[in-house]
Amino acid sequence: MTSPNDRQPPFPHDTAPFTMPAETAERISAYGTQGGGPESTATPVLEARDISKYFGRVIALEHVSLSVRPGEVNCLLGDNGAGKSTLIKTLSGVHPPDSGSLLMDGQSVVLGSPRDALDRGIATVYQDLAVLPLMSISRNFFVGSEPTTGFGPFKQFDVARAGKIATDQMLEIGIQVRDPGQLVGTLSGGERQTLAIARAEYFGARVLILDEPTSALGVKEAAIVLRHVIRARAKGLGVIFITHNVQHALPVGDRFTILSHGRLAGEFVRGQVGQDELLRLMGGGEELAELAAELDKLMHADARTIEEVAVSAEAVPTSPDAPVTEVEAGELPPPGP
Amino acid sequence: MTAATTTAEGERLRRVSPLRLFFSRPESGAIAGAVIVFLIFGVLSALRGDIGKGFLSIQGAASYLEVTAQVGILGAAVSLLMIAGEFDLSVGSMIGAAGLLLGLLIVQWGVPPTIAIILTFAFALAVGAFNGWLRIKTGLPSFLVTLGMLLILRGAGIGFTRAITSQTIVSGITDKTAGDPIVQLFTAKVTIAGGDFKIILLWWVAAVVVATWVLTRTRFGNWIFSVGGSEQAARYVGVPVNRVRIILFMTTAGSACLLAVIQVLSFGSADVLRGTNKEFEAIITAVVGGTLLTGGYGSALGSAFGAFILGTTQLGINFVGINSDWYQVVLGTILLLAVLVNTYLLRRASGAR
Ligand SMILES: Nc1ncnc2c1ncn2[C@@H]1O[C@H](COP(=O)(O)OP(=O)(O)OP(=O)(O)O)[C@@H](O)[C@H]1O
Ligand SMILES: [Mg+2]
Repeated sequence: MTSPNDRQPPFPHDTAPFTMPAETAERISAYGTQGGGPESTATPVLEARDISKYFGRVIALEHVSLSVRPGEVNCLLGDNGAGKSTLIKTLSGVHPPDSGSLLMDGQSVVLGSPRDALDRGIATVYQDLAVLPLMSISRNFFVGSEPTTGFGPFKQFDVARAGKIATDQMLEIGIQVRDPGQLVGTLSGGERQTLAIARAEYFGARVLILDEPTSALGVKEAAIVLRHVIRARAKGLGVIFITHNVQHALPVGDRFTILSHGRLAGEFVRGQVGQDELLRLMGGGEELAELAAELDKLMHADARTIEEVAVSAEAVPTSPDAPVTEVEAGELPPPGP
Repeated sequence: MTAATTTAEGERLRRVSPLRLFFSRPESGAIAGAVIVFLIFGVLSALRGDIGKGFLSIQGAASYLEVTAQVGILGAAVSLLMIAGEFDLSVGSMIGAAGLLLGLLIVQWGVPPTIAIILTFAFALAVGAFNGWLRIKTGLPSFLVTLGMLLILRGAGIGFTRAITSQTIVSGITDKTAGDPIVQLFTAKVTIAGGDFKIILLWWVAAVVVATWVLTRTRFGNWIFSVGGSEQAARYVGVPVNRVRIILFMTTAGSACLLAVIQVLSFGSADVLRGTNKEFEAIITAVVGGTLLTGGYGSALGSAFGAFILGTTQLGINFVGINSDWYQVVLGTILLLAVLVNTYLLRRASGAR
């Protein structure tokens, strides 16, 4: 197995020594002057305190707290069903919490509906995107917050302006809209996701919440979205970023909040944790280590016959205290979709 | 974005023919259908030698346009409601109930016509709002909620009228409304080239124009589409879903009331059974007009052509000498054809093909 030093450092936050790319160093030092960041004591722009949420007998969230300061990215991590989406839905006004409180700028608020949250500058990219397949791009972009022209009873939805803004905003994330009148149902999955992100970015004045925004995106588009996350942070927005992809979380996260089975499993600031540690905390570490061991075995088995490989793959030890713990999870493809 | 990619992407938009563009609109099927139906009855009439009389006369046009307008007023409102993903089965019995109420107010209780009209509309709008409220509070499909309301209105209409007048018809309304200028708004007619064109045509055109404008040009229209497309997505982006629904249920009840007022004031009598089956005709009008039964897509303008198809067929069958027993067969066939065509067009427009 390679040692951490002679492999390519995937991310600057790994505890192992490495040479930081100049660009990254620049970014990190720049953001030290922005008032945000892990050490910041600024009042959180949005805070959930001791939130519990039940769906019938299901405990979706219990005693969970989360906060995000202006100019900070809080990565919300956790395995499937951990309650991440439920938590951000309480922050977006979709689900009223069963107990606990929400605060904006230190003031207690009640978010009665998504409209409330939007009016307070909280914009969300939902996991299911909340787009309408049978409506056009420009109508989707502005639905609920349409620009109007004219006045009194003759106020009209400004279709032309809506189309132009939607096209421009999506172009910023690298998607060229051919016709803003195109039905969203005909867009590709990634284009649809871009629409939802562009929309949230356009309407989020204070807080941007992104629930797995990169799940359907290509490498290039995902990178652009991450850059937009950083840009939103630089503008002083609080960003809550849900992802299953540690390689997406690490470069942008100032703070990592980890949920497990509806409960808080840990909170870390940048630099405190490395990729492997995060993976383990997200509940994926062990499985990945096992997978790595299996793959490793298969690699070494390439001289043998196929039957032998199958047999040896079955024989791979799967208990966590097996020697597989030495495997570097970071060498594997990202766990996200 | 580099210039190179921009060009590359720009090239991915190919030119399409205007015809193809036309058929990507929800009402295109209904427009084509209306032309075809009109031509069929026109040719059949011509073959009978009916040039200048029957279907091919001005008076013929006035009469099938009147039937068109009657169902078209309902269809415009119902298509908006259906685009928002809801049904209103109570419009038919609302026509009966509102008509009876207007008749009773004017004849039985001597209320001045204008006040009676206002009270009748207030009643209808309240029932519509109640429909919406019930739909929202119970979470039941509006099909069931308004089916209940259909029975309640029909039954209460008969019950009250019989209890008050010991009849199921209120007549003698014309005596009390003669010469009233406000009543003229609902009953006026002009004779053009030997055809009696009634003011209901203007009401219908106004209803279609307003509904189309609201749907395609206002925020509220955008909300209608979104509520029908996905209630959850609409809610997530901040659309006041419940307000949209209540307003639309009030609109359909209001359209039924408008039709009732026009009919009662024109014919001078109100009948319990008036409006029977109109709820289905309104739904057919909307569906033929390109509105998706499951909501989220459609056109108020299309409902006008849907209504035209219904009106022309209903009278055209008589004009060309087919026994009107066959009307329902023809109507059912048209409905099935329209649904097939519209589904095909929508699938093409939404690219899934
Ligand atoms: N409306 C609901 N009714 C009942 N149970 C629900 C509801 N919404 C969520 N749950 C449950 O709450 C738990 C948390 O769900 P949630 O969607 O928040 O998970 P998540 O962390 O976002 O998962 P994923 O990574 O798969 O998106 C799950 O067990 C889910 O089944
Ligand atoms: Mg989720």
